[in-house]
Amino acid sequence: MNDMRTMDNTVLNETKITARDVNVHYGTTHAIKGVDVDIADRTVTAFIGPSGCGKSTFLRCLNRMNDTIPGAVVTGEIKIDEADIYDSRVDPVQLRAKVGMVFQKPNPFPKSIYDNVAYGPKIHGLAKNKTELDEIVEKALRRGAIWDEVKDRLHAPGTGLSGGQQQRLCIARAVATEPEILLMDEPCSALDPIATAQVEELIDELRQNFSVVIVTHSMQQAARVSQRTAFFHLGNLVEYGETGKIFTNPEDSRTESYISGRIG
Amino acid sequence: MTPSWIALIVLAIAAAGFVLARARAQAAARREARRLHSLPNYYGWTAAIYAAGPALLLLAIWLVAQPIATRSLTWPVLAAEAGENAVPSLMMADVQRLASGLDAAVATGRLTAEEARALPPEELRAAMAAQGVALGSEVTPATRDAALRWRRLSGTGDLLRGIVVIGLALAGAAWGVSRAKPDFRARNAVEQAMRGVLVSAALLAILTTVGIVLALIFNTIEFFRLYPAAEFFFGTTWSPSFGGGSELGILPLLWGTLYISIIALLVAVPIGLFAAIYLAEYAHRNVRSWAKPMLEMLAGIPTIVYGLFALLTVGPLLVEAFGRGGYLGLGWMQGGTAVMTAGLVMGIMLIPFVSSLSDDIINAVPQSLRDGSLGLGATRSETIRQVVLPAALPGIVGAVLLAASRAIGETMIVVLGAGAAARLSMNPFDAMTTVTAKIVSQLTGDADFSSPEALVAFALGMTLFVITLALNVVALWIVRRYREQYE
Ligand SMILES: Nc1ncnc2c1ncn2[C@@H]1O[C@H](COP(=O)(O)OP(=O)(O)OP(=O)(O)O)[C@@H](O)[C@H]1O
Ligand SMILES: [Mg+2]
Repeated sequence: MNDMRTMDNTVLNETKITARDVNVHYGTTHAIKGVDVDIADRTVTAFIGPSGCGKSTFLRCLNRMNDTIPGAVVTGEIKIDEADIYDSRVDPVQLRAKVGMVFQKPNPFPKSIYDNVAYGPKIHGLAKNKTELDEIVEKALRRGAIWDEVKDRLHAPGTGLSGGQQQRLCIARAVATEPEILLMDEPCSALDPIATAQVEELIDELRQNFSVVIVTHSMQQAARVSQRTAFFHLGNLVEYGETGKIFTNPEDSRTESYISGRIG
Repeated sequence: MTPSWIALIVLAIAAAGFVLARARAQAAARREARRLHSLPNYYGWTAAIYAAGPALLLLAIWLVAQPIATRSLTWPVLAAEAGENAVPSLMMADVQRLASGLDAAVATGRLTAEEARALPPEELRAAMAAQGVALGSEVTPATRDAALRWRRLSGTGDLLRGIVVIGLALAGAAWGVSRAKPDFRARNAVEQAMRGVLVSAALLAILTTVGIVLALIFNTIEFFRLYPAAEFFFGTTWSPSFGGGSELGILPLLWGTLYISIIALLVAVPIGLFAAIYLAEYAHRNVRSWAKPMLEMLAGIPTIVYGLFALLTVGPLLVEAFGRGGYLGLGWMQGGTAVMTAGLVMGIMLIPFVSSLSDDIINAVPQSLRDGSLGLGATRSETIRQVVLPAALPGIVGAVLLAASRAIGETMIVVLGAGAAARLSMNPFDAMTTVTAKIVSQLTGDADFSSPEALVAFALGMTLFVITLALNVVALWIVRRYREQYE
């Protein structure tokens, strides 16, 4: 594709997700225009770009959350582990258990903190008994960097937490189902610097086992946590490559303008 | 001057005050541009409000108070004549009729003002008859004196009323106009007045409710003076007879009310809730756009039509199945009118209440919660059961309780569908009746309104009111408890 620069060949890991010629329409809005991308396993990939350029939309293609939006049409091919996820034999429900998601706005369920985290494991039968479930919940909350704050009030409502705590609860909730891929849509936009650092640490840790895709508006964050960066602009994937290269030596002038703060 | 003339004059004064005050403010603004605190119209409105508000309020109070005052000032004239068992209100009514008859006679020129004052009591009845005012008996001297005093007092009162009210309006207008200076905060004054209007609207609504409840309570107390409360609340027979010796036990009626309501809710809640879930969560936009109005149309059907439906269609159908010689061979049902008939039809009537409200409530659950659940790999029905419905529960409970109070208060369907027999029976195919249906039949007979057989309607109404109130309190309590837990 003309908009996509070939990335340099220092492939870190094997490819987990391949997208070819993906287009998304919302009614008459053409939100994603012919995007090709390869997302590597055990890698953090950052999506950056100005507001409204389609980052969230593309992210939602990867776990078929666009199916739930009336009027959204996705075309093209997206493969995870060589299997086409838009194939009619694929059950999107199964897919979403494998591809977890943290949303732009924290959305804890109106349940207790414990039940919020236990929700996924219960649905997918990950725990055989209460002790196991307790362990899963504790582990997830620890990974979400929120265990110390909530360990004494696990049965208090999740909606009673502060915005930043809610977001970390949502991260813990997504991690609890042990997804292979974690999609994070601006997970730190409501967090203070300390919690942000903790979440970034978590992302780095998750990289050992999962592949993480993170949308962020913070260049510093993208530079800190990701190994690869994709720059979206007006629905096009403008440039995709190693994070270091994108930030120090971008090939496209639009990427350079965005990074240096001239468009956005 | 009649009250309506006074009100019109007050409004005219207010309009004049508006114009004057606005003009004054504008003049000041022209001299010292931009120094005006508020827009000129606000100065106008303050003057108008100062003029009309207190004056009209006083007029309203006066209209209520004057007859009361006149009555108590006139009564002493009659008091001497009143015997042991005289009814003051009846005697005063005669006086008032005579007084207004004389007023009318003077107004039409049949009598001069002099004659009206001087006419001897014996001639008054004939004179009034000529005026078209029929008096029940010969006019006694005391009645005549009282009527004359009444006329004098109300004449003075009316005159005073006109002077005081219009004077107050003028004073208010003058004050409003004099305050129309640039640094007067007219906008805030208008704001205050608006607040006053809103507060009094709220007060009026509350006071009306209180009034209705008080009326219920007084008549209920009156009833319990004539009929023992214990027999009313614990009596198991309902057999009013206007000749006396009635048994007025509420239990059979309460039982009928509860039984029919429960059957109605058993029909309406699952169907309504499932319909709401389908509409809110599964239906395509196009389906929803016609299915929801269709369902809501059910709510617009008058209940008498449901009653006919119960009587003519549902009842006979049920008899065919459950009646003697019916195809199920059960013989449980004697006739078409039964608890089951009324309950089923009432349930159908309540479906739109439950479904429409629940649909709105389910729709109000943020999409982000559904996304969160779906994003974790939950299916749609898991999402609905575990996330959407719990989040919507307080509202749904509210909808169900609303439907319940509708069911308890429903009358027409019961009259036509359940029959009129007050009976304590477990068989849902028996005819029974409810509290509301009996209130109607107690008041539509030609009973004396002070007999226990008629007054019992108030006690029944009071009981219903307490039950619905308790239902609402329980609903609020559930909602609050749930909120504490989850929000
Ligand atoms: N549900 C929807 N219905 C219609 N149009 C949509 C919908 N969601 C997104 N769009 C449109 O698609 C385009 C891309 O939106 P998207 O949410 O993907 O942007 P984004 O890059 O995530 O922006 P931000 O950084 O502000 O989150 C926008 O023009 C938006 O208006
Ligand atoms: Mg977004």
